[in-house]
Amino acid sequence: MSQTTTATAQSGPQPLGDREVSTSRRDNERVFRARGVTKVYDMGEVQVHALRGVDLDLYESEFTVLLGPSGSGKSTLLNILGGLDTPTDGEVHYRGGELTAADERGLTRYRRHHVGFVFQFYNLIPSLTAKENVALVTDISPDPMTPEHALDMVGLADRMDHFPAQLSGGQQQRVAIARAIAKRPDVLLCDEPTGALDITTGVLVLEAIERVNHELGTTTCVITHNAAIGQMAERVIHLTDGRIGSIVENEHQLGPRDLSW
Amino acid sequence: MRAIHRKLLRDLWQIKGQAFAIAAVIGVGVAMFITYFSTFVSLERTRDTYYDRYRMADVFAMAKRAPNHLAPRLAEIAGVSGVRTRVVADVTLDVEGATEPITGRLVSIPEARQPMINDLVLLQGRYLEPGRRDEVLVSEGFALAREIGPGDSVTAVINGRRRELDIVGVALSPEYVYTIRPGDLMPDDARFGIFWMAHEPLAAAFDMEGGFNDVVLRTMPGAQEDEVIARVDSLLEPYGGLGAMPRSLQISAWYLDNELNQLKGFGMITPMIFLAVAAFLLNVVLTRIVSVQREQIAALKALGYSNREVGFHYSAWSLLISASGSVAGVFLGRWLGLGMIGMYNDYFRFPFLAYQLSPDVVTGALLISVGAAIAGAFSSVRVAVALPPAEAMRPEPPARFRTTLMERLGLGKLLSPATRMVMRNLEKRPFRTFASVAGVAASGGLLVIGLFFLDAIDLLLDSQFYVAQRQDVTVSFVEPRSAQALHEVHRLPGVIHAEALRAVPVRLRAGHRTRQTSITGLEGDARLQRIVGSDLQARELPPNGLMMTEVLAKILGIQRGQEVTLEVLEGTRPVRRAVVVDLVDEFMGTQIYMNVDALRDLMREGGILSGAYLQIDQRFQNELYEQLKNIPAVAGVALKSAALDAFNQQMDETMGIFIFFNILFASIITIGVVYNAARIALSERSRELASLRVLGFSRGEISSILLGELAAVMLLALPLGMLAGYGFAALMVSSFDNELFRFPLAVSSRTYATSVLVVLASATLSGLAVRRRLDHLDLVEVLKTRE
Ligand SMILES: Nc1ncnc2c1ncn2[C@@H]1O[C@H](COP(=O)(O)OP(=O)(O)O)[C@@H](O)[C@H]1O
Ligand SMILES: [Mg+2]
Repeated sequence: MSQTTTATAQSGPQPLGDREVSTSRRDNERVFRARGVTKVYDMGEVQVHALRGVDLDLYESEFTVLLGPSGSGKSTLLNILGGLDTPTDGEVHYRGGELTAADERGLTRYRRHHVGFVFQFYNLIPSLTAKENVALVTDISPDPMTPEHALDMVGLADRMDHFPAQLSGGQQQRVAIARAIAKRPDVLLCDEPTGALDITTGVLVLEAIERVNHELGTTTCVITHNAAIGQMAERVIHLTDGRIGSIVENEHQLGPRDLSW
Repeated sequence: MRAIHRKLLRDLWQIKGQAFAIAAVIGVGVAMFITYFSTFVSLERTRDTYYDRYRMADVFAMAKRAPNHLAPRLAEIAGVSGVRTRVVADVTLDVEGATEPITGRLVSIPEARQPMINDLVLLQGRYLEPGRRDEVLVSEGFALAREIGPGDSVTAVINGRRRELDIVGVALSPEYVYTIRPGDLMPDDARFGIFWMAHEPLAAAFDMEGGFNDVVLRTMPGAQEDEVIARVDSLLEPYGGLGAMPRSLQISAWYLDNELNQLKGFGMITPMIFLAVAAFLLNVVLTRIVSVQREQIAALKALGYSNREVGFHYSAWSLLISASGSVAGVFLGRWLGLGMIGMYNDYFRFPFLAYQLSPDVVTGALLISVGAAIAGAFSSVRVAVALPPAEAMRPEPPARFRTTLMERLGLGKLLSPATRMVMRNLEKRPFRTFASVAGVAASGGLLVIGLFFLDAIDLLLDSQFYVAQRQDVTVSFVEPRSAQALHEVHRLPGVIHAEALRAVPVRLRAGHRTRQTSITGLEGDARLQRIVGSDLQARELPPNGLMMTEVLAKILGIQRGQEVTLEVLEGTRPVRRAVVVDLVDEFMGTQIYMNVDALRDLMREGGILSGAYLQIDQRFQNELYEQLKNIPAVAGVALKSAALDAFNQQMDETMGIFIFFNILFASIITIGVVYNAARIALSERSRELASLRVLGFSRGEISSILLGELAAVMLLALPLGMLAGYGFAALMVSSFDNELFRFPLAVSSRTYATSVLVVLASATLSGLAVRRRLDHLDLVEVLKTRE
């Protein structure tokens, strides 16, 4: 397989030039524009620098993978992009608007209308069935698909009325994906969706994500510490110690079944 | 239904046991509120309508004999809108089927029916027919107790002549809603009845032609009642006026007011205890729920639910529990209120006493229960709202434990590992431990206060009927008699011992404070009627000077050793001064005593007496009664046995129900608190306990860790509860401290023991329920779940 390194670590908050972006993507609209994003956790005596100035752009319909060792700041970055968290410093723009300037209400509206989130530990509501977990989102979205349709997309049409406790880990994660996509989000953010799963189950989950990306054209960003999954992505963003180490573009993307684990 | 609402219902169903326990506590609180306030409102409205419609007098006054031409002058007093003069006299009655003498109060009414002050409600039969001099209307209470009515007759001994009175109707009057013979503890409908009789024959029978001895007045709205009373007093003064009093001191009105105040007091305090406990339970449960559902909250927020929606979701838990409790409480309260009104219908005589549950009362109850729900939910909802979604994705850090106080003191070696775990858990959450202890203590306290009523009444009975009144019969004369009368009484059949009683009506004056009462003169070496303080010891009457109850001293604002002015309201109405030599803390009334010889000296009279106390030989009882009924000089005969019967009957009717509900409700609190504490502990520690089971601990051993915590809570709570009970009792005693009677603050060991047993039994029940769950702990399931 061929990989081309198009960018190296960015040291300052200077804007990324368009020269680093391939033609195919340059035609697409920019969805996220993050500049100098810094996150510091103040733990009293020590300060934890989770992000140390990250500049990043994500584009319409793009499939990116955020790769890095545990503790490198992946979740922190994804949470900030998803409007779950705010950076200590720096700016994040989503399409026309500035997320970092939004208040709590603004962020809630943003999450509600634009973002689909998938968590490592599924975070399904145990007292709701698969369908109801999805309905949780369709209830509050302006233009949702039906819960049945969303579950069908992840191959769980026959498990609609099962409670999370009656589903395997992979099935639960696919319910979580259905829940994330049911609102027809503009962006799908997945934090280690296969982290708690074995390979076969992981593949099913990745297939569901890929399908959403292809069929709905949802801008997708998947966190993983598993380098193999990077082969699915158009771009692989390497994060180390709170900084972007490199961004690698894949000329060809592989399907989940073809990944070499 | 929206998915989030489904979540709410399913989650609630998961904790249904706890939710039910809390709803029950709220339900009881709401029920108490509804019961007391709906009864209060029903009673108050009924009273107000009754007083208004039947023209209840505002001022009441008695005199020896005033001429009729005084009536217009009374009516002319500024602020007076109406006057009704009448003749009122107590007589001894001879009623078929009753051997003992009965007191009848004859009240004169116009011959022809007309609207009047203290008007009559004719329930049965007809009004008097003009010219028929022996017709009377009888009060409903007496008619029911004696099973008599129109067509029957009673014999009254009027001024020494026996006279048949023909009953033509049964009636009620607003001045006799509560019909109690002066000096009695409890109403006794079978032995005290009111008879309304035409004015002219009644006046004739008592040598009152052209005059009256009783007057009732209505005042205009905004009238200066004090000035009216002063004017009435000065007009009646030359005619043996006994001092006018406002409606608020009229005996029936006073009892009714007192009852209403009590209802309001109970209605305020008891529901608060229950709702405070409920708020605490909601707080504990919701805090736990929010902590367990941390990640669910984060997910909801990540999915786009706003803080408000999340906040509402968790408030709704509390509101739903409280709403279901409240609805049940409203129905329970209505039912209890109906029962209570039923009880009052036997106790108070109203022409109509309908139970009414007004929307205001229901609204009030719902508001306070919503208040409790909000108070209970507040802190945990705030946590849920403030929870940063990114933060909540990560598991909660393990709780920090520290060694317990005992261990820090170096006593750790004394504790077994299980005990150590119990202690650390209790110390880790001091607020919760404290609140659990407080909740159980509150229920213990409620039990104590409920049962304490029995103790207080027992003691009151003892003091009144066995220590103070050792006479069997008290005879009072129509007019004070000479010393010779005592010998005559002594010679009556069956009389073993007789002691003189001299009662002198006076107006006491100390500075600007005054009080009408009568001085009781007792023999210096009295063996029958004695003066008894709250220690149940008979007090010796000083040879000279006055001895009064502390209540009276407080009313007059005087102390031992000070002088008071006595304006005597009979005979030549002399004005004297006397020193208050001693005070006594009697349970009842505003008595003032004096050695009978000193009193006679003060009055400058000979061996005059107004009545006598008799100790009798029961074998001659009927003979004695028969004679007493026919002695013209005898105005009234009070029997101790009858008073005791009336008292006991009243208590039997009400106390049993009262205590049943008290125990039931207090148990609900205990169960609510203990069961919730245990369930929360189980939820928090099931992983730990399951791990111990896997390590080889037996079921018994792990349940001893969990139940040990409950035991420790009980150990702390029980003494505190008993203390709180004593405190509540003291509070109750001081709130009951009115002029007529007060309760002794003596909580028996029986009360404490019963309370402790009931609390322990409720706790054991809750413990067993949790123990069952613990025994069925699914080890695999518990250990599999991510904490
Ligand atoms: N809420 C927090 N408080 C303190 N430190 C945090 C918090 N969240 C993340 N961190 C720290 O920030 C760093 C990056 O964390 P994270 O973004 O979760 O990494 P990753 O997802 O790549 O494993 C880690 O060192 C982590 O310990
Ligand atoms: Mg992470």
